[in-house]
Amino acid sequence: MRRPSLLSAACAIALTGAVLNPAGAARADDVVTIVIKDHRFEPAEVKIPANKRVTLLVDNQDATSEEFESNEMKVEKIVGGRKQIKVMVGPLKPGRYPFFGEFHEATAQGAVIAE
Amino acid sequence: MLASLIIVFREVLEAGLIVGIVLAATQGVVGRARWIALGIGGGIVGSCVVAAFADAISALFADTGQELFNAGVLLIAVVMLAWHNAWMAQHGRELARDMKAVGHAVRSGEKSLAALAIVIGVAVLREGSEVVLFLTGILASEEGGITTVAAGGLGGMALGALVSVLLYAGLVQIPTRHLFSTTTWLLTLLAAGMAATAVNFLAQAGILMAGGTILWDSSGILRDNSMIGQALHVLVGYTDRPTEAQLIAYVAVVAGILLLTRWAARNSSRMVSPAR
Repeated sequence: MRRPSLLSAACAIALTGAVLNPAGAARADDVVTIVIKDHRFEPAEVKIPANKRVTLLVDNQDATSEEFESNEMKVEKIVGGRKQIKVMVGPLKPGRYPFFGEFHEATAQGAVIAE
Repeated sequence: MLASLIIVFREVLEAGLIVGIVLAATQGVVGRARWIALGIGGGIVGSCVVAAFADAISALFADTGQELFNAGVLLIAVVMLAWHNAWMAQHGRELARDMKAVGHAVRSGEKSLAALAIVIGVAVLREGSEVVLFLTGILASEEGGITTVAAGGLGGMALGALVSVLLYAGLVQIPTRHLFSTTTWLLTLLAAGMAATAVNFLAQAGILMAGGTILWDSSGILRDNSMIGQALHVLVGYTDRPTEAQLIAYVAVVAGILLLTRWAARNSSRMVSPAR
């Protein structure tokens, strides 16, 4: 009865292990800062180089937490009140990639422009 | 208030749909209420702990703690679901036979129920910690205070629970014979969707570097964050812009669980036949 659990665990490990980057997270050289203030992004639009991995530094200066989310960039990360997070995006094809703060979607809207 | 209602509703819906499927999958199994309640209760307590240490978790592993935590929690659920399905393939027949009788089946059924309780626990933990962070944020700010939090939070929870109950009520309409295979499929696709989401968190953390290409964009037809899109995301892992790695993980988990259950079912017939 233990066998299925071991086998499935092995499957899960093999599945993730096969394509993992052994060197760990790549520390991208480009860092772009986006500030959250009064539930708005500043700047609301940031330009990043296309076809390159970029680190977005989301600096939440509000007291409340926020969830930095983008369907287009496939990113979803909580940033606590008065905290910062780093999110790795890309390499992105040239284009406009909207993002939003899920906890304050009415005002927290922005976009990354890759070019 | 509407904003907090929608946020809480979305999070409760995600965890609630999983509870609904598990409830349907364990239809008639004695002792399930206790395990499922344990999963929900543990998940809620865990949510508060995770929310309290959110910043510390986030700062782990060179600021990728949050992604790794999410990916880890999802992968635990995937393994538990795979294990449950294999277990059901091995014991489903005897369990169905002895379903109403308290005895051997109940004792052995607990192992599988424990796996499902963990699945529910981690689902509630993941979504619940976001609810706690969001609501405590509102409480701490000048935006509304306790009335807003209570009204929005409770309303969202009630709505999320209602949709989950509707799903459960719909599922149990299925005749028992087909209910097992239906819920087995639902749990398999649920696991595959979780694996695809976990892969995405690994990519976001910069650990998984390969397979980041987006394969297609069906957001014009059905968006991820629409009501139906989100429900389908939880139930079958729908995403409007899947990456290569996500598709590979999805297909691999479906294939893996199918092979595992087939293997377990064969083992069960070998075990049963000499006794007869």
